[in-house]
Amino acid sequence: MIHTACPYCGVGCGVVARPDGAISADIAHPANRGRLCSKGAALAQTVFDDGRLLHPMIGGKRARWDDALGLIAAKFRQTVAEHGPDSVAFYVSGQCLTEDYYVANKLMKGFIGSGNIDTNSRLCMASSVAGHVRAFGEDVVPGVYEDWDEADLVVLVGSNAAWCHPVLHQRLLAAKAAIGTKIIVLDPRRTATAEAADLHLPLAAGSDVALFNGLLAFLKASGKVNRNWVAEHTTGLDAALDAAGPDDFEATAAACGLDPELVEIFFEMFARTERVMTVYSQGVNQSSVGTDKVNAIINCHLATGRIGRPGMGPFSVTGQPNAMGGREVGGLANQLAAHMKFDDPGDRAALTAFWNAPALTPKPGLKAVELFEAIEAGRVKAVWIVATNPADSLPRTDRVRAALARCPFVIVSDCWPTDTAALADVVLPASAWGEKDGTVTNSERRISRQRPFRPAPGEARADWWMFAEVGRRMGWEAEFAWQTPAAVFREHAALSGLENNGKRVFDISRFADLDDAGYDALQPVRWPAQAGSADEGGRQFGDGGFPTPDQRARLVPTPWRGLPARGSRPLILNTGRIRDQWHTMTRTGLVPSLMAHTPEPVLTIHPLDAAAAGIAENGLVRLATDEGEVVLRADLRHTVRRGEVFAPMHWTDLFASTGPVGRVVGARLDPVSGQPELKATPATVTPVASLFHGLLLRRTGSALADVCHWVRVPVESGQLYRLTGLRALPEGDDLPRFASLLLGAPAGAELLEMTDPGRGVLRVAAIVDGALEACLFLARDAPALPGEAGLTAMLGGIVADGFRPRLLAGRPDCGVADEGPRVCACYGVSRNAVRHAVVTHRLNTAAEVGVRLRAGTNCGSCLPEIEEILRDVRMPVG
Amino acid sequence: MITPKRRNLVIVGNGMAGIRALEDILTRAPLAFNVTVFGAEPHGNYDRIMLSPVLAGEKTFASIVTHDRDWYARNGIALIAGEPVVAIDRAARTVFGAHGTTCHYDVLLLATGSNPVIIPVPGHTLPGVIAFRDIADVETMLDAARAGRRNAVVIGGGLLGLEAANGLARNGMTTTVLHLMPTLMERQLDPVSAAMLEADLVRRGLTVLTGANTKAILGTDRVEAVELTDGTIIPADLVVMAAGVRPNIALGKAAGLACGRGIQVDDGMRTSDPAIYAVGECVEHRGAVFGLVAPLWDQAKVAADRITGVAATDYVAAVAGTRLKVTGIDMFSAGDFTGDAGAEVLTLRDGARGQHRRLVLCGGRLIGAVLYGDARDAGWYFGLIQDGTAIAAQRDDLLFGPPAAPAVDASVQRETVE
Repeated sequence: MIHTACPYCGVGCGVVARPDGAISADIAHPANRGRLCSKGAALAQTVFDDGRLLHPMIGGKRARWDDALGLIAAKFRQTVAEHGPDSVAFYVSGQCLTEDYYVANKLMKGFIGSGNIDTNSRLCMASSVAGHVRAFGEDVVPGVYEDWDEADLVVLVGSNAAWCHPVLHQRLLAAKAAIGTKIIVLDPRRTATAEAADLHLPLAAGSDVALFNGLLAFLKASGKVNRNWVAEHTTGLDAALDAAGPDDFEATAAACGLDPELVEIFFEMFARTERVMTVYSQGVNQSSVGTDKVNAIINCHLATGRIGRPGMGPFSVTGQPNAMGGREVGGLANQLAAHMKFDDPGDRAALTAFWNAPALTPKPGLKAVELFEAIEAGRVKAVWIVATNPADSLPRTDRVRAALARCPFVIVSDCWPTDTAALADVVLPASAWGEKDGTVTNSERRISRQRPFRPAPGEARADWWMFAEVGRRMGWEAEFAWQTPAAVFREHAALSGLENNGKRVFDISRFADLDDAGYDALQPVRWPAQAGSADEGGRQFGDGGFPTPDQRARLVPTPWRGLPARGSRPLILNTGRIRDQWHTMTRTGLVPSLMAHTPEPVLTIHPLDAAAAGIAENGLVRLATDEGEVVLRADLRHTVRRGEVFAPMHWTDLFASTGPVGRVVGARLDPVSGQPELKATPATVTPVASLFHGLLLRRTGSALADVCHWVRVPVESGQLYRLTGLRALPEGDDLPRFASLLLGAPAGAELLEMTDPGRGVLRVAAIVDGALEACLFLARDAPALPGEAGLTAMLGGIVADGFRPRLLAGRPDCGVADEGPRVCACYGVSRNAVRHAVVTHRLNTAAEVGVRLRAGTNCGSCLPEIEEILRDVRMPVG
Repeated sequence: MITPKRRNLVIVGNGMAGIRALEDILTRAPLAFNVTVFGAEPHGNYDRIMLSPVLAGEKTFASIVTHDRDWYARNGIALIAGEPVVAIDRAARTVFGAHGTTCHYDVLLLATGSNPVIIPVPGHTLPGVIAFRDIADVETMLDAARAGRRNAVVIGGGLLGLEAANGLARNGMTTTVLHLMPTLMERQLDPVSAAMLEADLVRRGLTVLTGANTKAILGTDRVEAVELTDGTIIPADLVVMAAGVRPNIALGKAAGLACGRGIQVDDGMRTSDPAIYAVGECVEHRGAVFGLVAPLWDQAKVAADRITGVAATDYVAAVAGTRLKVTGIDMFSAGDFTGDAGAEVLTLRDGARGQHRRLVLCGGRLIGAVLYGDARDAGWYFGLIQDGTAIAAQRDDLLFGPPAAPAVDASVQRETVE
């Protein structure tokens, strides 16, 4: 049994890989104590070698590692020689282990001599980092997970924890059950998290600063400012209050588009609850005023002194498993290393000496969005992209792709083919989770080991190794000589203690001398972990002691500047995660059970906005912004505010014809953090006529040709595609050709075909060696399509002779009923099954549903949906 | 008890239509008539449809005889077999047999059937050129095979021709089918099904030539070959003409009955002479002539009702269905399978299995169907056509045959299992 850490979100759960391939929760890990979410529970299904990148490729041709690494070293050396160090860049990832990050950062900032290493954490955490630094002097999360158990009030801001950090959300719900923790959710959307809250404030997207300014004024007015604490440990309260404006919750409510009564209740609950936490995530960070949002939140905690003590404080929850670890090593362009600072000459001198760095960069580098603008402008001429997929995940993806396409030298290291890898000159096969060996740090500063439990396939190698090899080939043999990740970790730990003496909270110098066996055995540990101390790091700043020159925290004035203008576009586009997917689906998109909850990217729109635009439920919508347009299926719900629409961030060209929603997302930047606004792009919607509908199942295949609107859903035995015609079906002889293109059947396949031209119906099935290889159902009207479940169950199965004719009926008599969307991913329980059980057995609670169907009894992230079904079913008719 | 005087019923034609009408008459009024049946063939009645299986060696002649001489005797019917009727004196209500038998009738029922079309190409009278109409033809073919004659040519790739060709091949003869039209059985099959049929026949060892126009039958003492207009010469020891049938109206016409292509009858199956009825392949009803068995049964019923006077029913021509009696080839065709403007066509094809379905809809109803390769659902479709069932609601499932028994609600099933 190998103990390791989950590769998904920033909760950082421990998992155990068993020799039989099973992967389950680690009961002993303090982050999750035996719990896992739907994604974590499906990890074992993502561990296989099919489809992996196996060999280095240069210009699309297989190459030897030696040649690929030699080419990279030569190209970087040459580019730096001709155009200076800032003409090259690394774009790395919160999926990288700390050791990967450390080596990359050292190579770029210390040896190539540029600040141009940034990470996809820029899209995720940069505003929190900036807010922390502005308020505390260092990027430190003050709280710990135990606070979630001990708070009396938890305010979740811009966080759909029920879906995005399910294990922490379950922990919160358990605390609620045990001690009655109150939960308030501030989110424009009525998310699953909001469903489980005591109070939901559906504030207008981007109005958080107004709300927390109002709260700060209210706290002052209601005498909740902790005068002594503020006087002793902070500066800037008066300026912050000035900027916050008057205590007027009517005005606040108006600014936020909220019911004043809700605002008043929220303010009063916050004010009267000493043990209050404010948990925030991407709804706060991914904003052009993200850093101000963070500081507006922190201001309220500093003003009340509710920080660093049990059950209280601001708490940033990170999106990625190692966003925090990346920040520790300096993986962001505006960080140096180990929480040292560019603008501190002492730090720079110490680091130069420690690294023996020939060219330590004196200044920060380009942040993600700027970096790709520099590539677009030709200023950056060589870029190495690691474990991230900016061709899908950055805003303005079409510009990103164009930039990469014209960039003279692009290297991509990854585990699976991606839309980004398709644009690379050199592709390097990286070892994946389960093969990688190193450490990650979660949202509460806890360092956990990721341990390998299987060999990497083909020639896949660790990212740190690739960077070290290139460093050596660029001439720095001694400085990049590590042979193990443990050696890298020791250096990182030693650096954290370098001339520290309490100057920086981040200090793990206790591990500077950790031997390889100790590294292998390293138990989850929270920093700070200074040399000479045995305790693990706990809450910070309860008694002040901020890592600023005067040891005081700063309350930062965050004046409310109003919502940005929408121009002529009436809607605001919000984007984000859905429950069972991760990032650009390179891993979760392989798992059929994780596709079942939301098989298709939909645009959630308020029914009244939809009606005004002439958009019907399940109809196609053209979503247009200043950046471009995509076509998505409409999902009419009251869970979004009027005037706001929501689209998931996950889909890519490999999964849908319309590609990433990033195509239409603008890139207005937070002026402090450089984090792009991903949740508030002005948009318009128009209905798109569906001229035909189709269902395609294939045992093999990925992206389809650009012949219609399509969405690919991996299923147990292959791929399911939902097709929609933006143009009419071809007629006459063109129709069979069109069908054959979609079907992709191998030569020699036996074809079954049904036609009903009068209804625009064509159905074709291909049988190879007696098994169903592919089938295609086209119809002018959606009702003429068969259900998906039965057919999906048939794919790859032997088609009995007697059954062949019925195959194209599309409802094989094999007892598989269409069950509707999957609610519980862990136990595969559908919405209809839950409804049926609720009705049949007169179930009243989610717990009763759990007893009967097991639904909701593992990760619990579907419990809000089960509650919704219970409410629906019990709703009186008429 | 007074027995009413029995009237004389004479039936000309001891075939399927005539005898079915007779049975229906006996059922309705067993004692009403003295019945005399004239038959040209020297047998009782047999199931002409089953001649193909006899030829193919799958059945014996005895097994297809439906009414042997005993049956006539038991029912008090005078059977005059082997003596065709040559004339009718309608004024005297008398028929005259070829061998001198005369017979008075009160009611006359003509069921003279049809004659095969013999294409008048040069050589068509040579010995070895036969039709496929009765048991004698079957015997001729079987004799030819038994005599070691090697090559057979069947002219006509319709229902009958293909059954004959299959039978000959089964008897060991090298058999070629010549068909004038581009596809086989074009009156029953769409081109896709016809192509599958052709492939199936070829797989069984037949040679099929479509678009084949016979120019002459060659031979001096007997048939030796068939020459096509394109110059192709096909050796032949036996030529079977199966180019269709023509209603046998000679007797009726000579008697002055109104005739078109067939002996014209009204809806009560009565000819232009009120004492004379006609049924079967010899009749023309509202411009239509008949070649399939199902309409004959309906006509027999109407004629029996009218002749016995139990009911004044009218004959309504119904859609008929066709099957090819070639063992291992399953097909069915009914109704208008082409589909004019205004009709809609649904198809289902499994090329590898040689299966095809073609359904023609008009006005939301099924008006024609071709099933090739798997005709198990023929009865269901035939019912839909005959009943004019509205099928709009089941259109998407129509090609897949009758709905199965209602499925058990899967979720309920699972619950029970738990």
